[in-house]
Amino acid sequence: MATEYQFPDSAAKTAAAEQEFQTERLSLSMGPSHPSTHGVLRLQMELDGEVLTKCDPVIGYLHRGDEKIAENMTYNQFVPYTDRLDYLAPLANNVAYAIAVERLAHLEVPARCQAIRVICCELARISSHLLGLGAFGIDTGAWTVFLYSFEEREKLYRLFEELTGARFTTSYTRIGGVSRDIPEGWTDRVLAFCDQFLPRLEEMLGLLTRNKIFMDRTVGVGVISKEDAISYGLTGPNLRASGVPLDLRKDKPYSGYEQYEFDVPIGTKGDCYDRYLCRGEEMRQSVRIVRQAIANLPGGDWYAKDAVRIFAPRKEKVLTSMEELINNFMIVTEGPQMPAGEVYFEAENPKGALGFYVVSKGGGVPWRLKIRSPSFCNLSILPKLCVGSMVSDVVSILGSLDFVMGECDR
Amino acid sequence: MTAPVDVSTALPAKFPQITPRASADIPAYNVPMADAVAVLKTLRDEFAYDMLVDVTAIDWAEGASPRFTVVWHLLSTTRHEYIRIAADCASDTEPSAPSIVSLWAAADWHERETWDLLGIKFTDHPDLRRILMWEGYPYHPLRKEFPLAGVETEFPDPEIAEVSGGKVIAAPMAGGPFVASPGEMNLTDAEPRAKDESWNEKREKPE
Repeated sequence: MATEYQFPDSAAKTAAAEQEFQTERLSLSMGPSHPSTHGVLRLQMELDGEVLTKCDPVIGYLHRGDEKIAENMTYNQFVPYTDRLDYLAPLANNVAYAIAVERLAHLEVPARCQAIRVICCELARISSHLLGLGAFGIDTGAWTVFLYSFEEREKLYRLFEELTGARFTTSYTRIGGVSRDIPEGWTDRVLAFCDQFLPRLEEMLGLLTRNKIFMDRTVGVGVISKEDAISYGLTGPNLRASGVPLDLRKDKPYSGYEQYEFDVPIGTKGDCYDRYLCRGEEMRQSVRIVRQAIANLPGGDWYAKDAVRIFAPRKEKVLTSMEELINNFMIVTEGPQMPAGEVYFEAENPKGALGFYVVSKGGGVPWRLKIRSPSFCNLSILPKLCVGSMVSDVVSILGSLDFVMGECDR
Repeated sequence: MTAPVDVSTALPAKFPQITPRASADIPAYNVPMADAVAVLKTLRDEFAYDMLVDVTAIDWAEGASPRFTVVWHLLSTTRHEYIRIAADCASDTEPSAPSIVSLWAAADWHERETWDLLGIKFTDHPDLRRILMWEGYPYHPLRKEFPLAGVETEFPDPEIAEVSGGKVIAAPMAGGPFVASPGEMNLTDAEPRAKDESWNEKREKPE
C-alpha cells in the first residue's frame, strides 16, 4: 500500500534543517571503562561535530594511596607496592625504588647485582613495550600484532617466574641487593629468548610500520612539539619521539648502564607514528644491552654483604649464628636503618622517568615518599594535545602515549 | 645559551637570601616562599634547568612549625643535572604557595595533586581542583593527622547528590589495602598496621 507523503514547503524545510543540524557542543564522556583508555581513565570531552573542542582527563579511579601506605611501613615492605605502579614492568619499578633508597643510605651494591638489575630492567622494558605495541595495534585496528606480542610476553613471564617466583608481581629487589641470585642456566634461556625474539620483533613491526591503515591513523596525528614535550614534563619514548635526546640511562647512568653500548632512538616529528617507531627500536636496543650484560656478567656477591644493618643476612647464617640472628630480627621488625636526609632518584623506566623522592628522619620508615610517575606527567598533556583532533584520533593518541593507570593514580 | 656550570656559586650570588639545604644527593636550596617563583624562573632561563620534573610538599606533622614545605625538582635536559628548591609555607593551618603554571605547563597537575593530597593552596593556579580524590572530598589524606585506615565519608558529595538526585552513599572502603570485610569489623582492628587510633570512624577527631 502506497503511503501518502506531502513535501513540506520550503520555509518549513529550512527551519527543520536548522533544527536538525544544531551547532551546539556535545559533551561526551569516554571511559572510565573503555577499551581504548587502557585502564580506568575517563576523558570528559566536548565535541563540535566530530572535532574535540575541549578534553578534560579525569583520573584517580585507581588511587590507592601508595604514598600514605609507604609512610607506615619499612623500606623493604614497600617493595611489593612498587610492583603495582607500572604493573607492566614491575621489575623496573623494583629496581628504581631500591636504588633510590640505596642512594639515601650511600650504599653501593656489587657489580653482579647491578648487572642482574640491568638485565631485569631491559627485559621489563621489552615486556612493557610489547604490550604497548599490541594494544596500540588494537586501537588502530590491527589485531594480529597483539596476539604475536602476547606470545612473546608469555615467554618473558616464564623467565620472570623462574627468576623471582612470580610472573607478574615480582618484588625482586631488596634494599641493598636482590631477593635471590639468578637460577642456574637462566642466562642461557634469556639468550635463547633474545635469539628467537629479534626475528619475531621484525615480523611484528613489519605488520605495522608500512601498513597503510596504521600509517593513516598515526602519521601526523597527535604531534607534540619539542618545547611542549619539555614544558609538560614528558619523559621516556614520548619525549624522545619529539626529538629531545634525553635518556637517563645515558645521561645520568645508574646501576652500571655506562658500561653498555646502545643507541637512543630519537623521533623527528613527535607524532603517534614516531612514538611507535621509538618503542620498536628501543626493544632492539634492549636486546643488545641484555646480551652485553650476560656476556660480561660478573661473579661474586649479589647483595651488599657489608651492609649488615640494611640487607638481611643469609638464612643459613641466621639459623646458626647469634649475631646474624639478631641482625635479621632487627631488620625484619624495625626495617633497614636509614640515615636522615632527602634523596631524589629517577630511573629510565619503559614509560618514562620514574622518580622517588624519599625524605627520611632516620629509622626504618620513610617520613615522606613521593612517587613521580611518568604516566601522570605524560597524560597531563592530553587537554592540549587532543583539542582540534577527531574522536578517532584520540584513540590513536592514547595508544601512542602508552600509559598505565596504576602508575598514574598510585 | 651558555649556562654557567657552577650553580652552587652563581645562584647564591644572585639571590643572597637563599641557603643550602641538607641533601643526600643533588644540590638543594631553601628559598623564602616570596622568592620561589623568581628563583625558579632564573633557574629555567639562565641556568638551563628547562624541565620541571616534580612538585610536591612535605608535612612535618601537626605542631611542627613551619609545618609544610613545598619542594620543586628541576632537571636540565642539556646539562643533565638536577636541582631541588624548597620553600616553607608561612601558615601552618592554611598553607599556600605561588603557582608556577605560567613557567611550566607540567606544574598544573602536580600542583593539583599537592592541593588534593596535602592541602597546599597554589595561588594563581588557573584551575585548582582535586585530581586523585573526587571533588567535594572533605580531607587531605597525605596530611599526617589523617589515619592510615581512612575515614568513612559520604560519596558523592551531598551537594552533587542534591542536584543529581542520586543517593548519598558511604564511600567504598572495601577492597582497600586495609579492609578485610566492610561493616563487620573496625578498620583499625582489621589492619593492625594502622596503629594510629587517635582518629578513626569510631572516635571523633581530637580538637
